[in-house]
Amino acid sequence: MSALTKLTLKGAVDGLAAKDFTSVELTRAHIDAIEGARGLNAYILETPDQALEMAAASDARRAKGEAGPLDGAPLGVKDLFCTKGVRTTACSKILENFVPAYESTVTSNLWRDGAVMLGKLNLDQFAMGSSNETSYFGPVTNPWRAKGSNKALTPGGSSGGSAAAVAADLCLGATATDTGGSIRQPAAFTGTVGIKPTYGRCSRWGVVAFASSLDQAGPIAKTVEDAALLLNSMSGHDEKDSTSLDIAVPDFTQFVGKSVKGLRIGVPKEYRVDGMPAEIQKLWDDGVAWLKEAGCEIVEISLPHTKYALPAYYIVAPAEASSNLARYDGMRYGLREEGANLAEIYENTRAAGFGDEVKRRILIGTYVLSAGYYDAYYLKALKVRRRIAEDFDNAWTKVDAILTPTAPSAAFGLGENSSDPIAMYLNDVFTVTTNLAGLPGLSLPAGLDANGLPLGLQIIGKPLDEGTVFSVAGAIEKAAGFTAKADKWW
Amino acid sequence: MAIDAATVRKVARLARIAEPEERIEALTQELNGIMTWIEQLAEVDTDGAEPLTSVVATGLPLRDDVVTMGGEPEVVTGNAPKSVSNFFVVPKVVE
Repeated sequence: MSALTKLTLKGAVDGLAAKDFTSVELTRAHIDAIEGARGLNAYILETPDQALEMAAASDARRAKGEAGPLDGAPLGVKDLFCTKGVRTTACSKILENFVPAYESTVTSNLWRDGAVMLGKLNLDQFAMGSSNETSYFGPVTNPWRAKGSNKALTPGGSSGGSAAAVAADLCLGATATDTGGSIRQPAAFTGTVGIKPTYGRCSRWGVVAFASSLDQAGPIAKTVEDAALLLNSMSGHDEKDSTSLDIAVPDFTQFVGKSVKGLRIGVPKEYRVDGMPAEIQKLWDDGVAWLKEAGCEIVEISLPHTKYALPAYYIVAPAEASSNLARYDGMRYGLREEGANLAEIYENTRAAGFGDEVKRRILIGTYVLSAGYYDAYYLKALKVRRRIAEDFDNAWTKVDAILTPTAPSAAFGLGENSSDPIAMYLNDVFTVTTNLAGLPGLSLPAGLDANGLPLGLQIIGKPLDEGTVFSVAGAIEKAAGFTAKADKWW
Repeated sequence: MAIDAATVRKVARLARIAEPEERIEALTQELNGIMTWIEQLAEVDTDGAEPLTSVVATGLPLRDDVVTMGGEPEVVTGNAPKSVSNFFVVPKVVE
C-alpha cells in the first residue's frame, strides 16, 4: 500500500471521491509508513487508533454522500496546536503531560472538512529555533541527505517535524506555524511547499502562543495546489481570536495554474547578502528567468531596512514571548517543582521546565521590557518595524509580488550552528521581514544544490493577496519541474 | 549599555527563572553578544515613525458582555499539578 502515501493531497482526495480506495486504507498506509520511520523522530505522538476511527467515520460520510473538501485525508499536526484529549506539549518539559480540554480553531476547521489526524509532530521548543534542536524530545532528522554522505541534517525549524513528515510521505500535509520563518525555512530544507498567510487569516486560538503579533498558522504540503487546498480549510474568521480577520476566504486553489502574464515581480537588491552561496543566487536567477518566460515583468526594487529586520525581531519576539510565557507558573497546568516559598516554586518550575533557548529569549524579552530600557529597545524596535512595513508599502506601488530565496543556505548538519545563537538566527534573514509586516509568504522547492539538497524560493505578496502568491508559485512550480524526493534510508 | 552579571541576576529574578550562579557568567556573555548585535538598530532614523503594534488595520471587535462558556470547574482544573475539589492548590502566601 506504499503507493498510497506517495499521492498528493489532491490526488488522494480525488482517489477517495472516485472510490479507488477508502480512507481507512489510505490512513492505514500512512500509519505503517510512520511506524517504519520512527528514526526520523518527526512524530512525537502517534494516534493510530483515533486516526482509524476518524477514517472509518469519513468513509461512512462519503457513503452517505456527505464528504467535505478534505474528507478522509490523513494529516499531521504540529504539536503547538491544542488537540482535545490528545497531549500537546509545544515540545517542552513544562507541558510534557498537558492534555488540552479544547481543540484549536485551525485543527477544528480541518476536522470539520473531514481530515484525519495521524498524530502530533515535533518542533523546536515553543517554536523557538531554526533547526528543531531545541525540542525537549530531541531533533528531527531531515529525510534528505547530501549525496554520498550519511551525515544527519536538520529539517529546519521550528516546524521541522511537519516538514520532514511531508517530505518523507508520513502524511499528506501538515499544520505548521511561522513567527519568523518557521514554515518557510523548513519547507525549503525539505523540498516541500509552505505558506505563511497574511497575519489574521488563520485563527491563533488554541495555538500555544510564542509572539502573538507575529505568530501565524499555515500548511506544509507536497505541492502548491495542496497548500492552497489546506489553507482553504485552515483560514477563516474566529470570534475567539480578536486579531482574526472577518474577511471572506477565497478558494485559493482557483489561483493555482492561473496565468501570471503581465504581473510585475519585484527582486529586492538587499536580499543579495554577503556570503550567499552561488547556487542560491543561481536558483534565484532561474526563478526570475522562469517568470519572465511566463510573461511577468521583472522590476528591481529596494527594501532598504531589510538588514534591521532580524535585530528588530529579536526584540519584539522575545518581549512578547516573555509576556506570553509568564503563564507557566506551575499552578494551573504544566510542571510544578517545589520550593520554600511561592517565588522559589515559580523560579524552580520555570528553570526545570524551559530549555536553554526558551530561557535565553525570556531573559532578553524581560530585559528589553524592564524599566529604563523600554523606550530604547522595545519602542525603537516597533518604530523600525514601521519602517520595514513602509518599505513594502513603497514596493507595492511598483510590483504585484516579490521573489527572493527562502533561506541563505541548504539544510545544514545537526549540531553545526547550535553553539552560536546569532548564526542560528540568521537562518531567518529572508523570511522574518514578512512576519514583521504581516504579509503572506510562500516557499516552494525549485532546485537541488551540488550536494543534491533541495533549495527553496520565496514569493511575498500584498496583504490578503495570497491568490497572486499562489499563481506565481504555481508558475514557478510548473517551470521548475521539481519532482525530486529524498532517497529512503530510514 | 553592556549587561553585567548583576543585571543578568536581576532579569532572571524578574522573569522568575532560577539561574544557578555558575550559569551567570556564560549567560552574561551570551546576552551581551545578542544585545550588541541588536544595537545596530540605533542607525535607523525613526523620527516621526509611529510604532507599529498591529499589522492588521482593523479595530478591536466588540461583543456583548455575557458569559459564553464556563461552569466546568473540573475541566478547568483538569491539568492542575495539584487540585482538591475543583480548586487549584497553591502555596500559602499570606501568613
